[in-house]
Amino acid sequence: MSMVPTLLSVEGLTKSYGGVHAVRGVSFELRSGEILALIGPNGAGKSTCFNVLNGQIIPDAGRVRLLGEDITGKKPRAIWRMGVGRTFQITATFPTMTVRENVQVALVSYGQHLFNLCASTANHARDEAGRLLDLVGMGAYAERPCGELAYGDLKRLELAIALANRPKLLLMDEPTAGMAPRERIELMRLTARIAREQSIGVLFTEHDMDVVFEHSDRILVLNRGTLIAEGSPEEVRGNAQVRSVYLGEGLVYDARHREGASA
Amino acid sequence: MAFYVVQFLTGLASAASLFLVASGLSIIFGVTRIVNFAHGAFYMLGAYAAFTLTERLGGALGFWGGVVVAALIVAAIGVLVEMLLLRRIYHAPELFQLLATFGLTLMVEDLVVLIWGPDDLVGRRAPGFRGAIDFFGQNIPSYDLFLIVMGPLVLGILWLLFQRTRWGVLVRAATQDRDMVAALGVNQKWLFTSVFALGVFLAALGGALQIPRDAVNHAMDLRVIVEVFVVVVIGGLGSITGAFVAAVLVSELNAFGILIFPKISIILVFLVMAVVLIVRPWGLFGKPEAPARRTPGLTVNPWRPLTANERFAAIAALVIAAALPLFAGNYALTVGSEIAIFVIFAVSLHFLMSVGGLASFGHAAYFGLGAYGVALLAKMAGLPMIACLLLGPLLGLLGAAVFGFFAVQLSGVYFAMLTLAFAQIVWSIAFQWVSVTGGDNGILGVWPEKWAASPSHFYWLSLGIAALAVVILRIMVFSPFGFALRATRDSPLRSEAIGINGKRVQWTAFVIAGTVAGLAGALFAYLKGSVFPDNMGISLSVDALVMVLLGGVETVSGAVIGAVVYKALNIWLVSQTELSKLVLGAFVVLIVVAFPKGIVGTLEAFMHRRRKSSSSTSSLVTSRIETAE
Amino acid sequence: MRGYFVGAGLAIAVATVAGSAVTTQALAQSEIKIGEINSYSLLPAFTEPYRKGWQLAVEEVNAAGGINGKKLVVISKDDNGKPADAQTAANELVSSENVAMLTGTFLSNIGLAVSDFAKQKKVFFLAAEPLTDAITWSKGNRYTFRLRPSNYMQAAMLVEEAVKLPAKRWATIAPNYEYGQSAVAVFKKLMSEKRPDIQWVDEQWPPQGKIDAGPVVQAVAAANPEAILNVTFGADLVKLVREGNTRGLFKDRKVVSFLTGEPEYLDPLKDETPEGWIVTGYPWYSIKTPEHETFLKAYQAKYNDYPRLGSIVGYETIKSAAAILAKANSTDPEKLIAAAEGISLSSPFGEITFRKIDHQSTLGAFVGKTALKDGKGIMVDTSYRKGSDYLPGDAEIEKMRPKD
Repeated sequence: MSMVPTLLSVEGLTKSYGGVHAVRGVSFELRSGEILALIGPNGAGKSTCFNVLNGQIIPDAGRVRLLGEDITGKKPRAIWRMGVGRTFQITATFPTMTVRENVQVALVSYGQHLFNLCASTANHARDEAGRLLDLVGMGAYAERPCGELAYGDLKRLELAIALANRPKLLLMDEPTAGMAPRERIELMRLTARIAREQSIGVLFTEHDMDVVFEHSDRILVLNRGTLIAEGSPEEVRGNAQVRSVYLGEGLVYDARHREGASA
Repeated sequence: MAFYVVQFLTGLASAASLFLVASGLSIIFGVTRIVNFAHGAFYMLGAYAAFTLTERLGGALGFWGGVVVAALIVAAIGVLVEMLLLRRIYHAPELFQLLATFGLTLMVEDLVVLIWGPDDLVGRRAPGFRGAIDFFGQNIPSYDLFLIVMGPLVLGILWLLFQRTRWGVLVRAATQDRDMVAALGVNQKWLFTSVFALGVFLAALGGALQIPRDAVNHAMDLRVIVEVFVVVVIGGLGSITGAFVAAVLVSELNAFGILIFPKISIILVFLVMAVVLIVRPWGLFGKPEAPARRTPGLTVNPWRPLTANERFAAIAALVIAAALPLFAGNYALTVGSEIAIFVIFAVSLHFLMSVGGLASFGHAAYFGLGAYGVALLAKMAGLPMIACLLLGPLLGLLGAAVFGFFAVQLSGVYFAMLTLAFAQIVWSIAFQWVSVTGGDNGILGVWPEKWAASPSHFYWLSLGIAALAVVILRIMVFSPFGFALRATRDSPLRSEAIGINGKRVQWTAFVIAGTVAGLAGALFAYLKGSVFPDNMGISLSVDALVMVLLGGVETVSGAVIGAVVYKALNIWLVSQTELSKLVLGAFVVLIVVAFPKGIVGTLEAFMHRRRKSSSSTSSLVTSRIETAE
Repeated sequence: MRGYFVGAGLAIAVATVAGSAVTTQALAQSEIKIGEINSYSLLPAFTEPYRKGWQLAVEEVNAAGGINGKKLVVISKDDNGKPADAQTAANELVSSENVAMLTGTFLSNIGLAVSDFAKQKKVFFLAAEPLTDAITWSKGNRYTFRLRPSNYMQAAMLVEEAVKLPAKRWATIAPNYEYGQSAVAVFKKLMSEKRPDIQWVDEQWPPQGKIDAGPVVQAVAAANPEAILNVTFGADLVKLVREGNTRGLFKDRKVVSFLTGEPEYLDPLKDETPEGWIVTGYPWYSIKTPEHETFLKAYQAKYNDYPRLGSIVGYETIKSAAAILAKANSTDPEKLIAAAEGISLSSPFGEITFRKIDHQSTLGAFVGKTALKDGKGIMVDTSYRKGSDYLPGDAEIEKMRPKD
């Protein structure tokens, strides 16, 4: 692993709202092909952290670098152009288009054809869109209206859209929220496979501790805006502070209490 | 010094009545998200009802009682309207409620003339407030002082109502989050009805209190509604304090504006509104709107280009239309040209509204700019017709580029209002800059050259350009740009996250729509041989909206049908009856209630259902989970 | 969505054909049709009496044997207050109804639009009410005639009285559009020619229909003029008068006001009518000429209502049209023009002539002072001013009017 260069480096990230620190001095790194989970109880600062990385929030202090290049405070679309794909906690797709068209729009944007006024989009990168859909197992649904998809399928579609710019880094905000347990495992396996094959770094937040401990290479634990633990699943599982934070919240990541954890 | 104080107080008095009407509109919008175009009509009804009552009932009690009873009667009418009409369309797409209330306004304008007659009615002065009070040699009407007290008093009562009663708490909660209140198990229906009644009551009271100052007439509604929109938007939709502050601001601007810029006082207000919206997009006291929750499931069928059969049908339709000169007379051809021109205008707005999700309330500005562009080029530069037709619309392009840049920074109602403000500014310039535009007397003598002068030639020209415009815009809908535009409309979050610069895409769409509208205006100038400020007025903008909504905002080219039906009906009604507004208004209301998807949208849904039920390959049953967690 | 384009095509075809088919009954040989356009839905207060006037005229013309034996028929259209709609109506009247001439219109811009249409399509147009000077002068054309005394004429009549006032400091209040602007300009020009000592101390330009009367009155008062020129009318006038009365603006000040003596504008003021304003108007209650008595009796008998100025204009428009058609004994526009130029006929106000030089009729107006009687506004000390006395010299007109 040490041979792999650092993909994402975060230094001293700080953001406060009206005097309350949402995130304070958070620093971490992520390597290509690595799957990193960001966890913490509600209000720990996960979302803030995440939104700083994808450009929706400008931090008060701190730096975010992608392959050494400073991306702090850049607009989401600029960050996307630098090779960061993302999925949303509540899926964001284009409901009035077909599944294939959803991916095609992303490919149009990737190919810088957004202001082409006369070509037909139907034929634009059709095969590439199909390939991406096949990759996430949605090939059979390509001509289906996106507005009719079941939720789990929407999540997979989002993944396909997120891969359209051949990302180096994938940001996934609660990728399995709202899915059936079986679907969760499938989606995370798929993500992991794609990440390894294409050597994409993945950062995700998640409530479901099974998913976290099963599928991540490393885990970051946030509490009240600060990083309280970082390490392999085993290390984090054994961390007393993490335990107390989660027990204090009434949430347990132990498999026996799974139902409570995935609220 | 005393003069300025009195001028200030006079402004405050005007502010009071403006505030009453504006606060009603704001409250209604806050809870129901309805932009109640009929608010001006309720204001006018309040004045008419109060006139009748105060004339019938004598004495001071008769006057004040009459004013309050009039407002109550109109509020009761408001309740009926809410229950019979608005309740049916709360779930219709955005702006449909506006269309319905616009239809109501049209009807009321004709009805008051039928009921109260055509003359301006001058009501009684308020008992006890007839004279004026001397203030260092300046006279202040005592009724003004009454109004000055009335404004803050109503503000205070409303504040108490919203802070101290359970109902008020519910209203505030609903203003913040409509769905949450529904979830709390509150009877949303009656909450909406009561809020609407209160809003209408305030409007009618505002109208009734005008009796001692104004002449009651059938044009009062439009006079007030635009100003009220301005006040509500400057103050921030849903904010009552905002409405108060903005009413004072606007009224003082009028009061002092006439001292400094006597000739441009109307523009001043719209300039301020534009500046406020650019600097504070949600008004002075407004809060950013929660991202509109799109009602899901409205458009399940993705748009598709025409199939070979449909393309054939379209060409057949064009051929039939092109054959019109073979069997129709000159009048029919001129009407045909006018309809074709309005098809161009409607599809340009449709492109912006339905593909771009941007409902402009001032689209006529670009139509009018195109028309003036042609007129100025033809009359001043003496350019030939072809050159004018090509260059004239560039004025529309230019206007759209400048105004569009600011407008696309906003969305939803605020976008609509900023476009309205820009259109009013352009209109005022055309109306008042007499030396260049000829003012309301317009520019005459812009007739087509010989080759296009005969009605059939001009008809073919208009039809050809209309067909071309429809085809080009359709190509754009299915081009990568069209998809980027739809993506921005469907999910700003996702489109930004796939690298789409939404504002730039929308701006481009605005410019395209403005240019095409300018083209329509250019042809219109030649059709009529003249241009007038009317060509960029609010009523033309509203006409265009009606055409789009009538055709179906969620269709690719529904505006074509909407324009044909609406324009043909309009011309026919104006020719056949003087109650055209009553009939047209009723028609609009009927369409909204019966076919909220518009004519084409309803047909499409019907065809889709038939196709679906006939094909037994019923696809897998899909269930939607609307929100996670 | 199969076929909705077919629908579009058909709808265009059906809508337009239907529009014309309804009205293309064979033109009866025994009829002469006049097309009439006015703002019936936008300005009912003015156009209702106007309509009554022309309907009375039609009745009288036909009772007297029609036009050289042919029945006179007036086909009336609403213009919605929009020039573009007026042109559509004009087109319908000319193309499908085959009318012999167009008449009517109230608003200046609509009058100009129809006049330009008439010029382009070579149709005879008799403008009834529009006041703008442009319609007979700077934008005049050979197909257009105008009945009512123009802006210039009204101004000249008022100036004749205004110069006699000792007042030197004048303020103006006028609606901010072409009518108000040109009324003020003409009035100022004519006044200053005769009274170089006059100072114009303030001008207020409230938007038409949207006057914010309080501040306007206050601002005028602050300039402390000795006399005021008012051009506002309708609802704006009511508001101005009410605010002015309350704030004492008109106390000890002379006011000269366009059109305010017309019942259309004076009657709504009721007991608030300011006294002593010098106005143009129509005092139907005090005109004792035989021509007017006849008209008044016929009008009141038919409608059980008193006439407004609009009634006179409507009545005389159709009377003039009938006279022109009878004299021309043809519906050919050129012959109509020839017949109309210089034609003289009687009117409730006495004999009028349509001048050859600018196609303006010499119909005049009454000038007088406003007064209160039994809680109603009336005009007193009235005298009729013949239109012919208040027009500029021929040389000046030839300079303004484009050559045909």
